[in-house]
Amino acid sequence: MLKRAQALFLSSLGAVLALVYVGGANAESAPSQLNMPQGVTEVSQAAYDIHMIMMWICTVIGIAVFGFMFYVMYAHRKSRGAVAENFHENVLVELLWTIVPAIILIVMAIPATTALLKVYDTENADIDIKVTGYQWKWQYEYLGEDVKFMSELRTPQDEIYGREPKGEHYLREVTEPLVLPAGKKVRFLITGNDVIHSWWVPDFGVKRDAVPGLFTSAWAKTDKPGTYVGECTELCGSGHAFMPVVVEVKEQAEYDQWLADKKAAAAEYASTIGKQWTFDELMVKGEEVYNRSCAGCHAVNGEGIPGVFPALKNSVIALGPVVEHLRVVVDGIPGTAMQSFADQLSEVDIAAVIHYERNAWGNDVGDITQPIDVLNYKQAK
Amino acid sequence: MAHGPATLADGWVKYASRWLFTTNHKDIGTLYLWFSFAMFILGGSFAMIIRAELFQPGMQLIKPEFFNQMTTMHGLVMVFGAIMPAFVGLANWLIPMMIGAPDMALPRMNNLSFWILPFAFAILVATLFMEGGGPNFGWTFYAPLSTTYAPDTVNYFIFGVHIMGASSIMGSINIIATVMNMRAPGMTYMKMPMFVWTWLITAFLLVAVMPVLAGAVTMMLMDINFGTSFFDAAGGGDPVLFQHIFWFFGHPEVYIIILPAFGVVSQIIPTFSRKPLFGYSSMVYATASIAFMSFIVWAHHMFTVGMPIAGELYFMYATMLIAVPTGVKVFNWITTMYKGSLTFETPMLFSIAFVILFTFGGFTGLMLSIAAADIQYHDTYFVVAHFHYVMVAGAVFSGTAAVYYWLPKWCGKMYDETMGKVQFWIAFIGFNITFMPQHFLGLAGMPRRYADYGLQFADWNMVSSIGAFMYGAAQILFLFNVVRTITHGKPVDKPEVWEGAEGLEWTVPTPAPYHTFEKPPQVK
Repeated sequence: MLKRAQALFLSSLGAVLALVYVGGANAESAPSQLNMPQGVTEVSQAAYDIHMIMMWICTVIGIAVFGFMFYVMYAHRKSRGAVAENFHENVLVELLWTIVPAIILIVMAIPATTALLKVYDTENADIDIKVTGYQWKWQYEYLGEDVKFMSELRTPQDEIYGREPKGEHYLREVTEPLVLPAGKKVRFLITGNDVIHSWWVPDFGVKRDAVPGLFTSAWAKTDKPGTYVGECTELCGSGHAFMPVVVEVKEQAEYDQWLADKKAAAAEYASTIGKQWTFDELMVKGEEVYNRSCAGCHAVNGEGIPGVFPALKNSVIALGPVVEHLRVVVDGIPGTAMQSFADQLSEVDIAAVIHYERNAWGNDVGDITQPIDVLNYKQAK
Repeated sequence: MAHGPATLADGWVKYASRWLFTTNHKDIGTLYLWFSFAMFILGGSFAMIIRAELFQPGMQLIKPEFFNQMTTMHGLVMVFGAIMPAFVGLANWLIPMMIGAPDMALPRMNNLSFWILPFAFAILVATLFMEGGGPNFGWTFYAPLSTTYAPDTVNYFIFGVHIMGASSIMGSINIIATVMNMRAPGMTYMKMPMFVWTWLITAFLLVAVMPVLAGAVTMMLMDINFGTSFFDAAGGGDPVLFQHIFWFFGHPEVYIIILPAFGVVSQIIPTFSRKPLFGYSSMVYATASIAFMSFIVWAHHMFTVGMPIAGELYFMYATMLIAVPTGVKVFNWITTMYKGSLTFETPMLFSIAFVILFTFGGFTGLMLSIAAADIQYHDTYFVVAHFHYVMVAGAVFSGTAAVYYWLPKWCGKMYDETMGKVQFWIAFIGFNITFMPQHFLGLAGMPRRYADYGLQFADWNMVSSIGAFMYGAAQILFLFNVVRTITHGKPVDKPEVWEGAEGLEWTVPTPAPYHTFEKPPQVK
């Protein structure tokens, strides 16, 4: 009986190892990373160092404890003729294994405290950036620079749902990355707009919850230009896995150029806001904005998710007076998941998406909402 | 002399009435155990759906919205439906027999505390079929995702949690009353079996923190339906307050789950080592200090929320200290085996695996307590791996060990040892294939509760899913073995069943008669 069990065990172990091997051979990307990244900042290095210290201490203790245990399991088994002794206490031993671990812990606490102090050293930053978590995107605002933009997932739905092959940067690509200058201390002021998110860049050692109604700060300073990818790490609804963080660190000169370009683009946008758009132009633009910013809840076909997110197809608001529709999109509906989009979308985007919602999926109001209408609505408040 | 329990031969009405109206601790224990196993299979099937979806990158089988419902329900059903009732079931069966009492102190309340549970879970599971779907905000249900942004079915969830809480509180009061008042003459506190001790301490934890959970969900209920703003910053409340309240319940809760498991293992290891438990009194003190410390470390679940550094340092130091009493317990178990006469029957295998894997989970727990490193670990698969090492390899392995250990006493028949060992090895290997790679995934940067992931995480997710299916299969074997034991097992008739077993429960006949210790035994 036991022989059979052993044979079964060995063959299943072999099968699993073979599967692991096949899994590894199928890898589409570089070999899987196993350990925490060292990252590119003082904080990430400190986290890595204390992580390794702890891991080695645990490994040594583990080898000692389990080694002794396996020895006991081998040496004191009844089948080898072991006869049980009857002792059941030993004050000295018991005191030792209480006091020695306590001393090890006190020693561990010293580097752990030093590392934590680094995390909290947010004073004297060169640049302040406000990071706001939205369902399901990030907004970055360069304080004092008048530069503000949304950063959303760029991976198409077709790749996610397997209708197209997945690209190299699957779920690690955004419409517009956060751009930072190398060599400057950047402070992030982190908050949330709707639910709690968490902004994580492993290579910076920065993970901070984005809590609505609360500002907390974290910091990063690196000399290494490059692209660093992170994630949202607090469950925030159905798009939780689909709001990556992408940061590009540029040399100072490149960063200055980028910042100047951003400001110029904002100025140019402001000058064209009075432009009259045609019905079809708005439909094209509106579909793009809708699928990016609204379809997460209200669905691509406008039917929403029954019982959770209302349908827009044939809805009272989409078919009713445009001013109500503006109010919902611009101001949001307090106490519900419908947030204010005044800060998230430009006037052009809001006009286009309202136009689209009123004239798509069989909705046929037929009117045109122009960017200037949105601006007027905002200013009238 | 009391009459025997109704059997199927008496007709199904009598038979059903027996189970519905029973006040017998053994019947109620049996009900709890079967209920918890049913929930274990249900929660396990949710886990299978999760692992099937995560087998490859991309959304293949389900939508992200449903994925979130699955992670939430998996956690809720496993914690409140599978593990907690399983240990209450063991307590019901064993505590009266271990302390020489004829039954629990409050038998009618015992019946009530069981029979409201199926309703709680019927309500909870029914939400999956309602418009809007089930709870989708994680088993930790952080506000405002669980309030302003929750589906309407959240109200059913709140009601369900209230009922579970009431059930747990009643069960705990019953255990406290039984242990304090009904011990046989001579059974002083420091002579009680470890399982009774760990449950007594657990019961106090439950009575202390279940009302806090009830308070948290009631505040949610008010925020959602009656316009209050406990957790809404826009109305003067604070979303972080929710987390403090939740974890003030939630951290003791993890010890509520693990302490009875400690108790089980402390019964089994001495038996198969044929040697008394080493350091009994230090075990009692270690359990009590773990329980006390569980109240003062809750915010280590919140190291990334932006607490002031003083708070962060305090919670880090306090959390690290828990390693001391936990270490004492592990050293005691191993020293119990030292110079014993060891045999490796299925309960012993599961108990040894418990010690190894729980200690491994303890090591990652110690790593997690270091706040600066936790900033990288927090809410990643590293945490998922950590708590499955302590919850599954801890609570579930010890629960399985307990069933194999006491099953012959309960039904008077011996299980199939070979099948038990095969189950053990499949479970042990499957478990490690599932959760060991999750450490790597977490360190490499994969957050938990992700319905989809980048290609760099593909390999280990596939391995993890294969392990999960293997572990799931082991549970089917478990069910089969238990049922086959009850129907076709080889009869056992000697009271002690196991060669080295100590304790009053091994002095009554096998199978244990419907009523035991109608006259209290004398404990020397």
